[in-house]
Amino acid sequence: MGTNSNNFRGGFKKLTEMRLFLPIVALILVLLVNIIKTPTFFNVSIQNGVLYGYVIDILNRSCELVILAVGMTLVIATGGIDISVGAVSALAAAICIRMLGSSYDAYAVPMGISILIGLIAGMACGAFNGFLVAKMRIQAMVATLILFTAGRGIAQLISAREIGGKMVPGQIIYVRMESFKAFGGFLPNVVVPTPFFIAAAVVIIAYLFLSKTAFGLYIQATGINSKAGRLVGINSTLITFLCYVICGLTAALAGIISSSRIYSSDANNIGLYMELDAILAVALGGNNMSGGKFSLAGSVIGAITIQALTTSLYAMGVTADQLPVYKAIVVILIVSIQSEELKRWLNSRSKKNATIKVAG
Amino acid sequence: MENNVVLTMRGIDKIFPGVQALNKVDFTLKKGEVHALMGENGAGKSTLIKVLTGVYQKEGGEIHIEGISHPLTNRSPEEAQKNGISTVYQEINLCPNISVAENIFVARQPRTRIGAVNWKKMNKDAEKALKKVGLDINVTKPLGEYSVAIQQMVAIARAIDVQCKVLILDEPTSSLDDSEVKKLFDVMNNLKASGVAIIFVTHFLEQVYEVCDAITVLRNGEFVGEYRIAELPRVQLVAKMLGHDVDDLSSLRKTSKEKNNIQNKDSILKATQLGKAGSIKPFDIEIKRGEVIGLTGLLGSGRSELARLLFCADKPEQGDIVFKAENLNAHAPIDSIKKGMAFLPEDRKEEGIIADLSVRENLMIALQARTGMFKLLPMSKQNELTEKFIKMLKIKTASPETLIKQLSGGNQQKVILGRWLITNPEFLILDEPTRGIDVGTKTEIQKLIVNLAEEGMTIMFISSEIEEMLRTVNRLCVLCDRQKIGELKNDNLSQHDVMTAIAGGV
Repeated sequence: MGTNSNNFRGGFKKLTEMRLFLPIVALILVLLVNIIKTPTFFNVSIQNGVLYGYVIDILNRSCELVILAVGMTLVIATGGIDISVGAVSALAAAICIRMLGSSYDAYAVPMGISILIGLIAGMACGAFNGFLVAKMRIQAMVATLILFTAGRGIAQLISAREIGGKMVPGQIIYVRMESFKAFGGFLPNVVVPTPFFIAAAVVIIAYLFLSKTAFGLYIQATGINSKAGRLVGINSTLITFLCYVICGLTAALAGIISSSRIYSSDANNIGLYMELDAILAVALGGNNMSGGKFSLAGSVIGAITIQALTTSLYAMGVTADQLPVYKAIVVILIVSIQSEELKRWLNSRSKKNATIKVAG
Repeated sequence: MENNVVLTMRGIDKIFPGVQALNKVDFTLKKGEVHALMGENGAGKSTLIKVLTGVYQKEGGEIHIEGISHPLTNRSPEEAQKNGISTVYQEINLCPNISVAENIFVARQPRTRIGAVNWKKMNKDAEKALKKVGLDINVTKPLGEYSVAIQQMVAIARAIDVQCKVLILDEPTSSLDDSEVKKLFDVMNNLKASGVAIIFVTHFLEQVYEVCDAITVLRNGEFVGEYRIAELPRVQLVAKMLGHDVDDLSSLRKTSKEKNNIQNKDSILKATQLGKAGSIKPFDIEIKRGEVIGLTGLLGSGRSELARLLFCADKPEQGDIVFKAENLNAHAPIDSIKKGMAFLPEDRKEEGIIADLSVRENLMIALQARTGMFKLLPMSKQNELTEKFIKMLKIKTASPETLIKQLSGGNQQKVILGRWLITNPEFLILDEPTRGIDVGTKTEIQKLIVNLAEEGMTIMFISSEIEEMLRTVNRLCVLCDRQKIGELKNDNLSQHDVMTAIAGGV
């Protein structure tokens, strides 16, 4: 019996020391509250030929964030940060939609090419950030602040429309062709939403790239000790640069999915505050925010947790303008249970209690 | 207090966790003298200075300064300054973005009657203060627009503007060129004439003999002695710093090692006029295949800098390297690595270990970089190599997946060494591979060096311990004041010979 409980305790300790333990616990907690408050939470049905339910909704809506979180994880692992991803999303979406055009009959530029150019624009933005950070050695926060402010402005210029003989920027341009909607909606005769496939593909490709090449090792080495990395032959400038390019690519992809959901480019709202959620997803995933070791899976779980939180709060009747307050409270809770300082404090407290008991 | 004595420190003790940094150290400073504080790294020079200036609190001993009857205890640099002790640190701690005058009067700007800064008076006073150090510049310009030498002078001007009796110059010349050093010495001589006592901390022997009146030598936190400059020839000074009595050294002759005819072998590396301003003056060097070549010289003499240029850890500004009979046009370390070089840096923590990676990852990373990013070494091979080198180098680690930061210093060093041996280099540079590790491991590493050389590897070995170099190297390059000043064949060399050479008398 004694050994059994010891084994159990040992096993439990191992479990709690796993890197993904706390992120998963956080997600489960959010889901648990839901099932108590909303018994129908896990119900999934097929309506109008597609899957329907809260869980599906969470997974569907978290796709952009999951994609963004992949790029953000890599950037943060190099010891940087990219606060321009929301604006880059809007910019890439604006370019893509501009190329598609608003005709009812045909795309101005074929859809594949429009999307490709949108993605290339995102990579170009990432390259710009990467150049500033890796080559010019500007602080990441400052370097990406440039596109954070300018990106949306450029997107508005691209989304200009002629009104009363004058080009007015910042208009919402609609795509009228049905096939573009599939990108953020459903493919014909498929019950699972398309963004889910895209996000899954991004995660799998990223995972394969990181596990089948030495890229992941190089990123970690760069983030932990770039001087030592350089001396063993790692080109940390190039590695950092590449991470920003990838981050730009993921931002563009997320932006195009968002625009497809509303079949329009809305430079003011696409990707708004998404950079914050993406950074938060990385933090919730248990990643070290000062760079180094990272966990892609953690960030993905973090992204889903954030969306689960948002959806559940809506399900409980919290209004959109109140949402940030509740979200903030829950985030404080989740982040503090992961904090090292709290762990240390609890440890020292339990030790103190133990000695008091012994003394008593 | 004795006549003419400005400052006495008696029996100063300072303990850091686990280390006695200062053990009953004495120091006496006379009025109007320049007094050099000498010692190798870790001898306790900086600690003594920091105790004096109130950065550290001493555990024992007394400090007396002229004009104050009771023993002095400085709790902060500000308090020390109030008591007449000013310091100019090695790294200039002024603000480059504000004006020269503001830098001189920071936190004590002259005020007008309503409390605003009196700019006119401040600029005028600043000019006056700079005159004392022989400087006539526009004091309203930002400090950053002036050269490092002028910034250094401004720092000195600020230090002496507050009534000071003792001026501490901590390595003030390390970033100055010859003419700037000359200028600094003129200023020091003027200050001396006006009665200020100067404590001068430096690694440059030449400068000590040029400008100082007295020398106090520390070693391993202990007071070795105080000497007038004329009483202590250079060789003696070096011997005192390194801790061997010159006369006893003959008994320490190394066991004669079999020397295969290195001189007849072909050269693996040849550098001509390789140099980098502010780092090391242009030098030539030729290294034969299978040779162990040592670099010797005091700290800051340019030995690490020389090695770093060869590996392209620092990019040379001039000169050529021919490696294995072809021009080595390296732009980054990876180029040198691909050609078969390896470099173990001096600073293990800053440049060696990648703290949050495992022992396996730290071992494999150089080979991985050499192989290329897209050719990930298969896990089976990684594990096999890791196990092999853990066993071969006797690395004590809980498992290959333990983070390297959890290992002891000696074991970390073995991992870094293993990292390079795995790449099977033809030319291996080891910069202080035995520093800070226990005696047993030291001997292991020395043996390894000899064995590797016998197997045909060419090794450059840098160490502060002359004895261990004499045991392992075929030839010694001597460096002094950032310059390669000569070479010694290790033909029954004695430590005395080497010290004479280090002191500048090849």
